[in-house]
Amino acid sequence: MMFIAATAALILAIALVLARAWMGPTVYDRVLAANTIGTLAVGLMATHGFLIGRPEFLDVALVYALLNVLSTLAILKFFRFGSLGDPEGIEPPPTETSR
Amino acid sequence: MSLLADIISWALILAGSFFTLAGAFGIIRFPDLYTRMHASGVIDPFGVSLILVGLIVQAGLSLISVKLTILILFLGLTSPVACHALGRAARHRGLKPLLADREKPPSIS
Repeated sequence: MMFIAATAALILAIALVLARAWMGPTVYDRVLAANTIGTLAVGLMATHGFLIGRPEFLDVALVYALLNVLSTLAILKFFRFGSLGDPEGIEPPPTETSR
Repeated sequence: MSLLADIISWALILAGSFFTLAGAFGIIRFPDLYTRMHASGVIDPFGVSLILVGLIVQAGLSLISVKLTILILFLGLTSPVACHALGRAARHRGLKPLLADREKPPSIS
């Protein structure tokens, strides 16, 4: 019963954050929403594995937690520098707004 | 003993679900990126970690609880890094935070 409650709460939270990813004004809002959906999906995998009595889904959740932060950092690096670190292709970064 | 573990894990899972929903509503309702990052910081290490701690109490001492502990450590280490990189990238690109007007005090409606 409590696993059903936790799963329902996580699914509702994923729906709300997905709405933010759909209507987010800037690209950073969408990246934030994608990162949060990844974290919520980790919790959803764990609770769903407990709900149906197969906790082997935790291995998938571990890998997903690591891939989530890597993809977020890669997307942010791409949108900040315009490339993924190729030394030929790096443009000079835009003007520093604050230090 | 089983009843005590059930009560503790109920409380932890319900608290985690509450904080997760609160953070999701914050992400929908807050007006600008930096405040939304604050709401996301409620979800990322705190709400999901509380749910996972409740699952640890439910699982007892086994390999499953070890995996859940590693998962909580991963979440606690990686989500502040991602949030910091996000705020730094947005600030670097010149996204201004929404600030109050200093001359005119905000009108109370």
